Amino acid sequence: MNNSSSEIKGLIFDIKKYAIHDGPGIRTTVFLKGCPLDCWWCHNPEGRSDTNEIFKRHIDIADGGKRIKEEKVGRLISVAELMKELKKDTVFYDQSGGGITFSGGEPMQQIGFLEAALSACKNENLITAVDTCGYAPIKDFERIYPLTDIFLYDIKLMDDGLHQKYTGVSNQQIFDNLAFLAGQGDKINLRIPLIPGITDTAENLEAIVRFISAYKNIKHISLLPYNRLNEDKTKRFALPDRMGKLQAQSEESLKGKAAFFEKHGYIVKVGG
Amino acid sequence: MNDRIRQLREQSLKAVPMVSLERARLLTEFYRNGISEKVSIPVARALAFKYMMENKDICINEGELIVGERGPLAKATPTYPEICTHTLGDFEILDKREKVSFKVADADRAFQKENIIPFWSGRSIRDRVFESVDQAWIDAYEAGIFTEFQEQRAPGHTVLDDKIYKKGFLDFKQDIKRSLENLDFYTDPGAMHKREQLKAMDIAADAIILYAKRHADKLKKLAKSETNTARKNEMILMAEICEWVPAHAPRNFHEALQYYWFVHLGVITELNTWDSFNPGRLDRHLLPFYRKGIEDSTLTEESARELLQSFWIKFNNQPAPPKVGVTAEESNTYTDFCLINLGGVNEQGENAVNEMTYMILDVIEEMRLLQPSSMVQISKKNPDQLIKRALKIIKTGYGQPSLFNTDAIVQELIRQGKSVVDARNGGASGCVETGAFGKESYILTGYFNLPKVLEITLNNGVDPRTGRQIGIKTGDPTKFQSFDELYAAYEKQLGHFIDIKIKGNVIIERLWAEYLPTPFLSILIDDCIVNGKDYNDGGARYNTSYIQGVGLGSITDSLNGIRYNVFERPKYSMHELLEALKANFIGYESLQEALLYETPKYGNDDDYADPTARRVFESYFRMVDGRPNTKGGHFRINMLPTTCHVYFGRVIGALPDGRPACQPLSEGISPVQGADCKGPTAVLKSAAKIDHIRTGGTLLNQKFTPQVLGDDDGITKLAHLIRAYFTMDGHHIQFNVVDAATLREAQKHPERYRDLIVRVAGYSDYFIDLGIDLQNEIIKRTEQSLS
Repeated sequence: MNNSSSEIKGLIFDIKKYAIHDGPGIRTTVFLKGCPLDCWWCHNPEGRSDTNEIFKRHIDIADGGKRIKEEKVGRLISVAELMKELKKDTVFYDQSGGGITFSGGEPMQQIGFLEAALSACKNENLITAVDTCGYAPIKDFERIYPLTDIFLYDIKLMDDGLHQKYTGVSNQQIFDNLAFLAGQGDKINLRIPLIPGITDTAENLEAIVRFISAYKNIKHISLLPYNRLNEDKTKRFALPDRMGKLQAQSEESLKGKAAFFEKHGYIVKVGG
Repeated sequence: MNDRIRQLREQSLKAVPMVSLERARLLTEFYRNGISEKVSIPVARALAFKYMMENKDICINEGELIVGERGPLAKATPTYPEICTHTLGDFEILDKREKVSFKVADADRAFQKENIIPFWSGRSIRDRVFESVDQAWIDAYEAGIFTEFQEQRAPGHTVLDDKIYKKGFLDFKQDIKRSLENLDFYTDPGAMHKREQLKAMDIAADAIILYAKRHADKLKKLAKSETNTARKNEMILMAEICEWVPAHAPRNFHEALQYYWFVHLGVITELNTWDSFNPGRLDRHLLPFYRKGIEDSTLTEESARELLQSFWIKFNNQPAPPKVGVTAEESNTYTDFCLINLGGVNEQGENAVNEMTYMILDVIEEMRLLQPSSMVQISKKNPDQLIKRALKIIKTGYGQPSLFNTDAIVQELIRQGKSVVDARNGGASGCVETGAFGKESYILTGYFNLPKVLEITLNNGVDPRTGRQIGIKTGDPTKFQSFDELYAAYEKQLGHFIDIKIKGNVIIERLWAEYLPTPFLSILIDDCIVNGKDYNDGGARYNTSYIQGVGLGSITDSLNGIRYNVFERPKYSMHELLEALKANFIGYESLQEALLYETPKYGNDDDYADPTARRVFESYFRMVDGRPNTKGGHFRINMLPTTCHVYFGRVIGALPDGRPACQPLSEGISPVQGADCKGPTAVLKSAAKIDHIRTGGTLLNQKFTPQVLGDDDGITKLAHLIRAYFTMDGHHIQFNVVDAATLREAQKHPERYRDLIVRVAGYSDYFIDLGIDLQNEIIKRTEQSLS
């Protein structure tokens, strides 16, 4: 990596270590800020905006009381600084076959920083994953393809009208990019968020299977059960709540959905 | 488990811990009969032991397969008046205290008053200790700078090796005889002393054989009146076993377990050794008997399992002897720290995991008893399957087994001068203490309160709690120009108190060697017989005295709090900081917040915070390690707290890490509760920055909610996490797998959570038996959950 690319800065809102649901092994996940989508069920609302934000946050203090503290979400970090932090856990990556995951927000939004960071990871022989919603120009995927070992690629809704309603954008670009990646090799791990009544309908899941059956390189599917984190964060960051109270899926219902994909020959994991 | 085991387990769980004066009565009878005045001290001790073994009640519980209780009943717990003569006030506290109580009968109180106290008062080791140490020691002890393990429990910390599976006590008597014959009165001025020690060992060997024989007799008698034929035959068989062991080497699985159990009872009746004795590498010891039994069809998997379960219950029937005063504060638990070791390597350094390892893990999982404790040694040569099996048990929220790094243990022992073979045959016992099993006396002498020393440094030698000058004058901290100046003052103060502690230890070690030799235990630990020397007097092959450092996280964060906020960025003056500490942060909330939230903290793999931990560790190490003890061995350090971090916290005011007065300190080498916010990998990295190999054990606690271990993938990743920590030479890690909500619920409704066992610090305990402070602390310990 040359000096200029190590100086490139990105806006991130978290570095989470011992991430065990974002790809193989023990990983460190870097959360980049900024997302072009506006999913109703967003679990990382603090990652949506591409600027720093001030949030009010409840914190526990030592004597058992509570205090409200203003917290700035988002910080600029250079690739060099980031690498210093990421390399700290090399012993855990080596032991477990883990590595680095770039997530967000949508990491493709900061393509220059992402490319430089991925390239720096490759210089260190770290296994890389990019967790993406797929909504980015195809040329950006071309740029990072050789630097990325795994794409954690989200598919949400097959019906474009519904997709636009619940995410704010059309799904066409997402499908085109998936086709591109699947044509290149078998780096894809498809991730389907199961949002009760929205994405987890039989109709939508069947449509997904019909669509992806054309791509032989797609073998792995992760089903991401709905959880209530959204509810907590919506409250904490005082965001509009469009979801209301949703019940998380039952174990049984999840098993049924996993079985559905397994029946079609996919290797399925519930959770990350 | 089958019906028999279920019933035995129920019996054990229901038994109420109570004080039994049987031992005190027999001991006092013996010392009153005048014989003791005509013989040497070791011989008198051996005769006293024999008198107790000859006259104790023999208890055979219904349905049991392994026999022998320390007291007349399960959980009837003896006292040791020659060590600590309980006052009636002590009895009242033991009887009435909310946690870890022991019922005391009215008749026993009267007996204590009329017979025990008058005889032992002034003669007990406890009385002698407090008379023999100097005022500086008393001051530091009362201030809570350190504790003293040997003031009411015997320096017994040791674990057995494989010798009893190869030799009976008749064989040991032969060894003693040979040693006696080899005494050289012409050139060895110690020959007379050795003769007395060896005679004492010989008497103690007779005592244990006799004790077993009394069980055989009672079993035969019971068999005669037993109407159930199956049980009758069992009793006849058990009587035969008790006739054979421990006089002879065991011939089969059942005899091996019964033999060990008699030895265990002998050790814990002779003295109240701390930590309790245990069989050590049990999976290795039992394997030959198991394989032979399966091969010649005298044993089945089921019968072996049943015997092991029966054996497990015997441990649970023996609560730790009742502790009082500071000792109860530092280790308030029924657990007596019998830490069964599994896995690891054999003496050739090969993978020692075998079918017994997994069977014993099954037993641990099924029995879910407080005692014995269990641990798994994990070497790089052991399969992942071993860790995963252990994690599946840990996942159930039981807190056992704990996980140890064999490769670190072996290196630690070798650094201390043990042979490679002795190191590989060793392990960890008590909480996390490294030892050469069967060959070492490794005595924990007391906890050492590192943050308290800093507090005294910040007050120029004065303990702010009492206003007394107990330290040396290391300078007015407001005059310090740099952090290094402050640190130098702390080091000076530390050296002062360590000197006091070591001087005390040297005195106390001699008191034990002189007044309370332990001939029975000496038979069991190499090379006491060959050396003709008692275990308490340096007879063992290796003799180590430990001082256990407490509060590494708290002192690291406190020093960094000062360094960061007063000297480096500077935001506050030393004067302001000291005023804030004095005021317990009342009126200084923003300063407290700066200390709590703006200062880099240990436990986050932070390059600013962590070097201070290393610095603290190195100072402590340098001042203790390698100093000679009185037994031909050396002082060493380890880093573990049991429950002492709660007591030590209570004697310290507000600290510059933002902690308010009297709150618990950090425990072991874990970060301050709640200070780690970057997840477990960062904690492990921070913890691995101190040099574990130069300790005799470190303790790291991690709490996981059950979800983390939800599936096989979670377990695999946790196994990798552990492997990585051990790659970095981490000594030990333990997990609490419960969620905070469950624990809070248990606080509200203790009655519904009677079986809730949590990992405290080096051991597991019933959550509802813990004090409220410790309960709160466990709840607060950072939950490494995955939100």
